Amino acid sequence: MNTNKNNRIVVIGNGMVGYKFCEKLIAKQKNGQQFTLTVFGEEPRVAYDRVHLSAYFAGKTAEDLTLAPENWYAENGIQLYLSDPAVDIDRERKEVRSHHGLVVPYDYLILATGSGAFVPPVAGVEKDGVFVYRTIEDLDLIQSYARKARKGAVLGGGLLGLEAAKALLDLGIEETHVVEFATRLMPRQIDDAGSGILQRQLESLGLTIHLSKSTQEITGEDTITGMQFADGSKLDVDMLVISAGIRPRDELAKSAGIDTHPRGGIIVDNFLQTSDPSIFAIGECAVAHHMIYGLVAPGYEMAEVVALQLMGESKEFKPFDMSTKLKLIGTDVASFGNPFAEGADCRTIVYENKAKGVYKRVNISADGRELLGGILVGDAEQYNMLLQTCKNKTILPPNPEDLILGSRGGDDTGAATSVGGIMSLPDDALICSCEAITKATLCHEISQNGHTTIDALKKATKACTGCGGCTPMVKDIIQGVMKQQGIYVRNILCEHFDYTRQELLDLVKINGLKTYGTVLDQFGHGDGCEVCKPAVASILASLWNENILEKGRATIQDSNDRFLANIQKGGTYSVVPRIPGGEITPDKLIVIGQVAKKYGLYTKITGGQRIDLFGAHVSDLPNIWEELIAAGFESGHAYGKSLRTVKSCVGSTWCRYGVQDSVSFAIEVEDRYKGVRSPHKIKSGVSGCIRECAEAQSKDFGIIATEKGWNLYVGGNGGSKPQHAQLLASDVDKETCIRYIDRFLMFYIKTADPLTRTATWLNKLEGGMTYLKAVVLDDVLGIADDLEKEMQLLVDTFKCEWTEVVENPELRKRFTHFVNVPEKKDPTVQFDALRDQKRAKEWA
Amino acid sequence: MEVLVAPKHEITWHLACRVDDIPEDGGACALIEGKQIAIYNFTRRGKWYATDNECPHRQQMALSRGMIGSQSDEPKVACPFHKKTFSLQTGQCLNDDSYQINTYSVKIKDGKVYIGI
Repeated sequence: MNTNKNNRIVVIGNGMVGYKFCEKLIAKQKNGQQFTLTVFGEEPRVAYDRVHLSAYFAGKTAEDLTLAPENWYAENGIQLYLSDPAVDIDRERKEVRSHHGLVVPYDYLILATGSGAFVPPVAGVEKDGVFVYRTIEDLDLIQSYARKARKGAVLGGGLLGLEAAKALLDLGIEETHVVEFATRLMPRQIDDAGSGILQRQLESLGLTIHLSKSTQEITGEDTITGMQFADGSKLDVDMLVISAGIRPRDELAKSAGIDTHPRGGIIVDNFLQTSDPSIFAIGECAVAHHMIYGLVAPGYEMAEVVALQLMGESKEFKPFDMSTKLKLIGTDVASFGNPFAEGADCRTIVYENKAKGVYKRVNISADGRELLGGILVGDAEQYNMLLQTCKNKTILPPNPEDLILGSRGGDDTGAATSVGGIMSLPDDALICSCEAITKATLCHEISQNGHTTIDALKKATKACTGCGGCTPMVKDIIQGVMKQQGIYVRNILCEHFDYTRQELLDLVKINGLKTYGTVLDQFGHGDGCEVCKPAVASILASLWNENILEKGRATIQDSNDRFLANIQKGGTYSVVPRIPGGEITPDKLIVIGQVAKKYGLYTKITGGQRIDLFGAHVSDLPNIWEELIAAGFESGHAYGKSLRTVKSCVGSTWCRYGVQDSVSFAIEVEDRYKGVRSPHKIKSGVSGCIRECAEAQSKDFGIIATEKGWNLYVGGNGGSKPQHAQLLASDVDKETCIRYIDRFLMFYIKTADPLTRTATWLNKLEGGMTYLKAVVLDDVLGIADDLEKEMQLLVDTFKCEWTEVVENPELRKRFTHFVNVPEKKDPTVQFDALRDQKRAKEWA
Repeated sequence: MEVLVAPKHEITWHLACRVDDIPEDGGACALIEGKQIAIYNFTRRGKWYATDNECPHRQQMALSRGMIGSQSDEPKVACPFHKKTFSLQTGQCLNDDSYQINTYSVKIKDGKVYIGI
């Protein structure tokens, strides 16, 4: 029983800030200190990440968004009542009464009631098809209504409104409108010019933006059919999401006689105490320093301040920085400090590139010494450094324009701009603002406690666990601290090998090692892991090109390589036979169809011009391949870190524009490099003319026909950070082109870090493209002959891995799910029907 | 080889497979009493381990296809799906505290592998 006084704490509200308060209080609880913590939540589910709510439409589940599972509360002795909002506070008796009639006494009451959507007083907001965007329940309603809607609008062009617009796009609404009352989008964060750039970016993605529109009425009988604006214009829509701002949930406080602000919100002092000293308010329901802080980071700070006070320590809530950086429908938008500073005390520098959709503005003090604030749209790479420079009042360099011109509109020229890098920041610089973690704390954890990885620091400090925006800076701090300690920072493989991949490759080669065991014995320690095993497997394959499943090498391969197929959701595998250059005969097409039918496989044309067969049980793989091989197919290595496809356009054999036979060249290139293992996958393309239908410039190496020969491009990449390939050689003949590719690929294979695509490798290569040209074209290192020979060895030793497995009973035996019942398939594998085929059952 | 993990309570030994059914320094799955058990032949240490075959993160029957190795000195297996790693001794997930798998005793006799459940 609780005999201590002042130990009963009740929290009203189980949102992000209410949860964070519980987490912090539990973490700070000292030995012997015993609280009873009771939490009332209005929603049916435990606190979840509302900041990333729109990720729900992009495939995240409610469970993914949950901050802590329901049993976390019980395990920490917290009594949690969900779907049971508090309805009354009796301040005299110090009791809270809930909707279900529970009466709970408190010594301290924490109001974390948050905010609701602000719905402007427009006629017709109650009609069917009008929604707000606030909770997972709102999202469920929107999702089910959107199925029958074709045109949708969002009322409000602020941060939340644009998130909601993205949600409508994700839901497949054909026509999505954003209606904003102000003269620009995101009026609180960015200026007219920045907003203009953002608007163009959003329009190019299919959003229609209406500015300076005052909505007068929502039209329709019972169901919305359109919006009527004050200027007389109209817009027909089937659904409307209102996202016009937030309204603090202060009604409970108000009815209990606690002071509230005339415009809404519970008034608190610097200690977050309300007019009743036993009652605190935190998060979006509180008015602190005359404002409502509608961001999560200040809310978390409030939770910290109150938790500390309840522990008997003293801490004030100081005016909080409202700088933000976010990605809106793929466009970076950031503002920091005073983004709108103007006048005689301020000089403003603006960089604008309409073609690339980039806008950057920095406001600098009149004496040129301090950064006052700024705005970044389209490229916010420098946000963290600028924010720190601004917050810490770091003295600026003589040419402050370097701050934003360092990387001119996304050309990857390196982020080594501004003021002396991360290590020049003062110790109290706030690096992770979600969790209020300073540079000093991180440096201490790295240097004193040996937490030298992001994962370790996440566990030790919680940095990077909120919005994740500080992760790049935390990485830089790790490197910085280690450099300061005199440790030469090398990207060593993992705890088992103190070598970089390049060093280990040389050692393996010089010593002629061919198994993982011997490499580990001679150059490593411990038992290896899932990082170094596939890295060494790749090195062995790149050097000797022996079958990857022999001599104990099967168990060092990633699952895909181990079973020569791609593991898919549910545990089945996909099968991709090679179709060089995308050219295939009708007979072979028929065989693929027959095999797919026989083994019940889902078929799809891939992005690389071949056919993927999904849903194969592991034990069926050898039989499937036996049939495919008999029909003349061979492995497509879709499972390997190796050459995938060489995509081609139809070229001069059929196309009236083609200037060279791109298909024949693509087949020749694909046959040459098939099966070559490398640090990461390699893709290629060959186009028959400058129209570039094979998209060769987005490939690791791409070839484009010219009137005089071929242009060779290298270092292109699709993926999350697309990058165009750069021209390596122009108008060369086929033989020269192949020689240059040999050298380029082998140089990459020998020097890149594990799992590094050619684009990233080239970006990091000192001297960049100029140096690569010097090595590949001018042979400044004198290694061109060796590189060509090493590649030729790989080409000459190619064998189809699947043919070898099919013909080898020992290898074939490994393709079973149960070793003791080889004929039985995994009974947990399940499929759902989808458009006359099947799909993997969704994650449970 | 003798019993490697001391049984906590009364356990029954089940014949799972032959020693050479499990690849060296790797794993494979056996069906025992309707349960999918992943068995690992940790040749480098001369030890055997057994765990659930199901990775609790996404309920995938895949741990037997994972790579084994060590973290500091702890023997572990990495799920091939999203690389959650689990201690082969305790079953604790090493990179996410919220997951845990069951571990089982293994006995080797006359070239055969027995699992204690």
